[in-house]
Amino acid sequence: FAGLADVSISEDIPVEGEITVPVGSRSPDEDYSTLDEPVRDTIMRDLKAVGKKFVHVMYPKKSSALLRDWDLWGPLVLCVSLALMLQGGSADSKDDGGPQFAEVFVIIWFGAVVITLNSKLLGGTISFFQSLCVLGYCILPLTVAMLVCRLVLLAGSGTISFIVRLIVVVAMFGWSTLASTAFLADSQPPNRKALVVYPIFLFYFVISWMILTFTPQ
Amino acid sequence: MAAVDDLKFQEFDDAANLLAANPDATTISIDEPAAVPKNQHGRLQEPGREEDDELLGTDDSDKTELLAGQKKSAPFWTFEYYQTFFDVDTYQVLDRIKGSVFPVPGKNFVRLYIRSNPDLYGPFWICATLVFTIAVSGNLSNFFIHLGQPTYHYVPEFRKVSIAATTIYAYAWLVPLALWGFLVWRNSKVMNIVSYSFLEIVCVYGYSLFIYIPTAILWIIPQNVVRWVLVMFSLCLSGSVLVMTFWPAVRDDNRRIALATVGTIVLLHALLAVGCLAYFFDAPELDFSAPISPDHNGTTVIIES
Repeated sequence: FAGLADVSISEDIPVEGEITVPVGSRSPDEDYSTLDEPVRDTIMRDLKAVGKKFVHVMYPKKSSALLRDWDLWGPLVLCVSLALMLQGGSADSKDDGGPQFAEVFVIIWFGAVVITLNSKLLGGTISFFQSLCVLGYCILPLTVAMLVCRLVLLAGSGTISFIVRLIVVVAMFGWSTLASTAFLADSQPPNRKALVVYPIFLFYFVISWMILTFTPQ
Repeated sequence: MAAVDDLKFQEFDDAANLLAANPDATTISIDEPAAVPKNQHGRLQEPGREEDDELLGTDDSDKTELLAGQKKSAPFWTFEYYQTFFDVDTYQVLDRIKGSVFPVPGKNFVRLYIRSNPDLYGPFWICATLVFTIAVSGNLSNFFIHLGQPTYHYVPEFRKVSIAATTIYAYAWLVPLALWGFLVWRNSKVMNIVSYSFLEIVCVYGYSLFIYIPTAILWIIPQNVVRWVLVMFSLCLSGSVLVMTFWPAVRDDNRRIALATVGTIVLLHALLAVGCLAYFFDAPELDFSAPISPDHNGTTVIIES
């Protein structure tokens, strides 16, 4: 560094200027104060984000919406509606009936947390809440299946209705698993993909079983 | 100005290229260890212990032994510490499952498959699968058994899932804990060559439960004979894996204690299977098999089942 010794700041050059950062072209997202907008806009923005993610789940293709802009509103709505529809299955005694609201709720959230922890422990690069978001949103096909099952059960509960319900539940189960795998598989180390996909399969299988065995009072 | 080249990171060539450039340089090659330590505690090898080697599985190459000392160095409050328990690939998990189902006579499951890399993935998810398999199969089996009866109303029996979960996870964690404590206590009295860490015992127990998953599915068949044959068969397979794993650990002990330990292991394993069968699966209807007598009019006797 011998040459640097020769460089010095001359006293003749005044040091002056502005320290403020010039505000250039204002992009619409920065500086956007959400305090002044009408409440309707705030709610609609979140609802649109949730709706967009629903569409991404039903037609799974590589999109960053679910991963980058995660939110947990959608999973909460889906979980609550699924648990509401599932509760109070027939029971002769209190012990033998279907799952109660709290049980479904706990199974879904606890199951999702365990699967997320599992994938992180195996070396996955996805973040905790992103994974929860994906797993929660991919319950959407199963919620649709539950809705269809309840409608079919209104019509009757014979063998034909059971076969229809079986086909619907199996199809939606496959859809859920494939959708969540499509989103989550890329973030896993390549030689452990099966280890991460299997618990997801088990999770949706348990939920499908609860939906299929639902019998009304 | 200093020469910028001096500051650049020097890329190292292939060993072959470097050697070609400088043939006289000293080289060190690290191969698979030709003389693998015959026992891991460094005691003198007694002549009559050849069968120990086979059971210890040191005939196979032990590349991972070199790395064994470098694992698990993270403190226990960090996430990386727990990641060391999930350091398995898909093929390793499949291999361990295969090893628990097909016991190779003379090979020790722990030495052969686990090799100082116990994982918690297998035990946890095999137990979870087993819980749900037993609950679902029990429900299905009861449904089919009671199908024809007019008074039967199908119930999902969801409470049984929590009971199954408690039982199976308690078995998979408390029994290894008790066994490990017992082995440590005996180890202080009688010097054993083979001793297992707690996680290795949990690992063996977890993988040994795998055989009960297809067994539980086959228990849907509503025949008592079939069910009990399945119990015996799966008990033999996984019980033998457990016995072969733990026999070297207690062999040096008092004969009666060794036999009692191994006997208790098998007994608890059997108790789990029989208990699950009895609680979750209703007994199939008694079949009154009246002998078919050749009737003159060609009518046949119906066997009620």
